Amino acid sequence: MLEIKNLHARIADDGTEIIRGLNLRVKAGEVAAIMGPNGSGKSTLSYILAGRSDYEVTEGDILYNGESILELDPSERAAKGIFLAFQYPVEIPGVATMQFLKVAMNEQRKARGEEELKTPDFIKLVKEAAGSLQIDPAMLKRPLNVGFSGGEKKRAEILQMKLLAPKLCVLDETDSGLDIDALKIVSDGVNALRAPDRAIIVITHYQRLLEHIVPDSVHVLYQGQVIKSGDKSLALDLEANGYAQIIEAAA
Amino acid sequence: MNMQTKPPRTQAEQALLDSFAEKVGQLPGDAKVTIARDRLLSAITEAGLPTRRIESWHYTDLRSLLRGVPGKSGGAARALEPLVSGTVVWPVVQGVAANPSAPEGVELTPFMDLLASGEAAGMLAARGADDLIGQLNGAFAEDGYSFSVSADQAIEEIIELQSVQAGGQVHNRFVAGFGSRAKATVIERHLGHKGESGLSSSISTLEIEDGAEVTWIILQGRGESDQHLGQLSARLGADATLKLFVINAGGKLVRQEVHVDVAGEGAHFDLRCVNLLAGDSHTDVTLTLGHAVPHTTSKEIIRNVVLGRARGVFQGQIRVAKEAQKTDAQMACNTLLLSDEGEFAAKPELEIFADDVVCAHGATVIDIDHTHLFYLMARGITDKSARALLVNGFVDELVGELENEDLVEALETLIEQWLVDHG
Repeated sequence: MLEIKNLHARIADDGTEIIRGLNLRVKAGEVAAIMGPNGSGKSTLSYILAGRSDYEVTEGDILYNGESILELDPSERAAKGIFLAFQYPVEIPGVATMQFLKVAMNEQRKARGEEELKTPDFIKLVKEAAGSLQIDPAMLKRPLNVGFSGGEKKRAEILQMKLLAPKLCVLDETDSGLDIDALKIVSDGVNALRAPDRAIIVITHYQRLLEHIVPDSVHVLYQGQVIKSGDKSLALDLEANGYAQIIEAAA
Repeated sequence: MNMQTKPPRTQAEQALLDSFAEKVGQLPGDAKVTIARDRLLSAITEAGLPTRRIESWHYTDLRSLLRGVPGKSGGAARALEPLVSGTVVWPVVQGVAANPSAPEGVELTPFMDLLASGEAAGMLAARGADDLIGQLNGAFAEDGYSFSVSADQAIEEIIELQSVQAGGQVHNRFVAGFGSRAKATVIERHLGHKGESGLSSSISTLEIEDGAEVTWIILQGRGESDQHLGQLSARLGADATLKLFVINAGGKLVRQEVHVDVAGEGAHFDLRCVNLLAGDSHTDVTLTLGHAVPHTTSKEIIRNVVLGRARGVFQGQIRVAKEAQKTDAQMACNTLLLSDEGEFAAKPELEIFADDVVCAHGATVIDIDHTHLFYLMARGITDKSARALLVNGFVDELVGELENEDLVEALETLIEQWLVDHG
C-alpha cells in the first residue's frame, strides 16, 4: 500500500535536511509502529506523507498503491484516502466542528465522484461515531478544537478518522497528553478501524501505546533513516534497553 | 491684506446645491424646519465638502471621493422580504415611509409627520462644524420613522427598518426611544437595487433609558455603485446596554459614523463590526465614544476582510472623562488582507482624563494562517473551500455572539453569499 524509497527531505525555508534516505514498506492490513528518539524525524515524516509544503522532497519517492503522491496537494492526498492524526490538532476559531466535518466529508465524496451526504444521514453518522468515542455532542457545536482539552482534541482526531474512513492512517504521537482512560478510548477507536484493506502507521515515543494498539511491525527511526525493523518484540526490547544499543549497532 | 481664496466648487458640491434648490419647495416641514434646513445647507456651501485637512475626514477625503450626485428621484424600488422571517418590517421605499402597524408597547410615527408639524426642527442640527452627514441629512431629510418603546416592555419580535433605494437620492431619519428597562432588537437595513447609482444618507438617534437593553444591527448592503453616508448617535442611561452590530457588505463609497455617550453609571456599550470590502470601494467606519461617569464598560471588535483594490478605514476615539473612574474600555481592529492592492487604515485614539481605568486598543493585519489551511486541506478540503471556511470563520466569530439563532443564521448566510460572490 505504501512504499517509501530512498526519501530525502529538508525544511523548505532553511534547507536543513531531516529525512536522509528513508525506506519503508507498509502492506494493506498492517499496523506499523515507528519509534525513535526525539528529533529523529518522526513528525516530519508524518507531515511529508500528508503533503505539508514546509518540507521539500529532494530525492526518492513515496508510492501509494503504486503511484507517486509527491505532486499531490494535501487535499488530493486526503481524498485518495491518506489521513494524518495530528500530534497537535490545530485550533480554528470561528469554524464550527460540525460544519467542518460536513464540508470535509462532502468534499472528499465530491473528489471521488460520489453524491453529497444528506444532512440527516450526516448527523446520524456523526452521532454514532461520537458516541463510541465518548464525545459530548455539545463539543461538536464549538469551534474546531478551540478550548478542547488535550484528550478531547485527540478524540476529535480519531472521530474525524472514523468518519472519513481513510485507507492509510498516520497517527502522530496520538498518545501524548492522554491519561490512561483516554488512551483506552482512543486505542479502542483505532483498533475498531483495523481492516484487511487499511494500513495504520503509529508514530510514538513510548511503548505504552503499543500495549493497546498491537503492531505487526516496528521500525526504529534515527537521523532520518530506518535503522532497524522487526516485530512487536522490538518495541519491548527498546522499552527495556533504550535506543543507544540499536543506534550503536547501526553506526 | 490677507485674502482667503476658496477652492472652486466640485461637480458634486454644485449638484448638491442644485438639487436642494430644485427640491426645497417640496421638502416637508414648517417654517422652523425650513430655517434649520437652510442653515445646514449654507454650512455646506460655506465650507465645501470635507477634505483630508479636516481631521475627522482625514482618511476619507469626501471632496475628491464623492462623485456624481444623482438627481433627487430614482427608479422604482420595492420593499423586500425581511432578513429574518416573522420580523416586523417598517419599510422606507425610495426615501418614503409607509404606515405600518407596530407591536404592542411601541408608538410609531412617520418622521415626515414630525417635520410637517415642526416637532423635528430641533433634530435638524449638526453635531459640529465637521458633521457633514448631519448637515446633509438635516438639509434634505424627508422621511423615516420615529418610535418609542414603553418602559418595561420587552418586544419579542425583531423590528426591521428597511430602506430600499433604486438610484437617486434618499435621506432617512430614524428616531428611537427605549423606556426604562425596555428590551428590543432592531435591524436597520439599507438595500440598493442594481443599476443606477444612488446617494443616500441616514441618521439614527437612540435614547436608551436606565436599564434598557437594546440590540441594534446596521446592515448596509447598498448597490456596488452607491454612495452611502450613515450616522448613529446613542445615549445610554444608568445600567443600560447597547449591543451594536455594523455589517458593511456593499456600496462604492461608504461612511458609517457611530457616536455613543455612555452617560449613566453601570452602562455597557458593545460594538461588533464586520466590513466586507471588495472591488474599488471605499468604506469608513468612524466611532466616537464618550465615557462620562464612573463604572461603565465598552468593548469594540472590528473585523475586516479586504479583497481587490478596496480601501477601508476605522477611526475609533474613546474619551474617558475625569470623573469616569473604573471605566473598562477595550477596542480591537483586525484585518484579513487578502489582496496586495487592498488597504486598511486603523486609527485608534484614546483620550483618558481619569486615572483609575482599564483601557486598551489593538490593531492587527493578517493573512490566512498556513497552519490552519494545511489542517483543513489534510482533511480533503480543497484550497479554495478551505480559504473560504477560514475567511468565514474570521467574521462569523462576531456574528455568533448574537443571541437570536435565526438572526445569526441569516447573517452567516449573507456573509457566506458575499464571499462566494466576491471571492
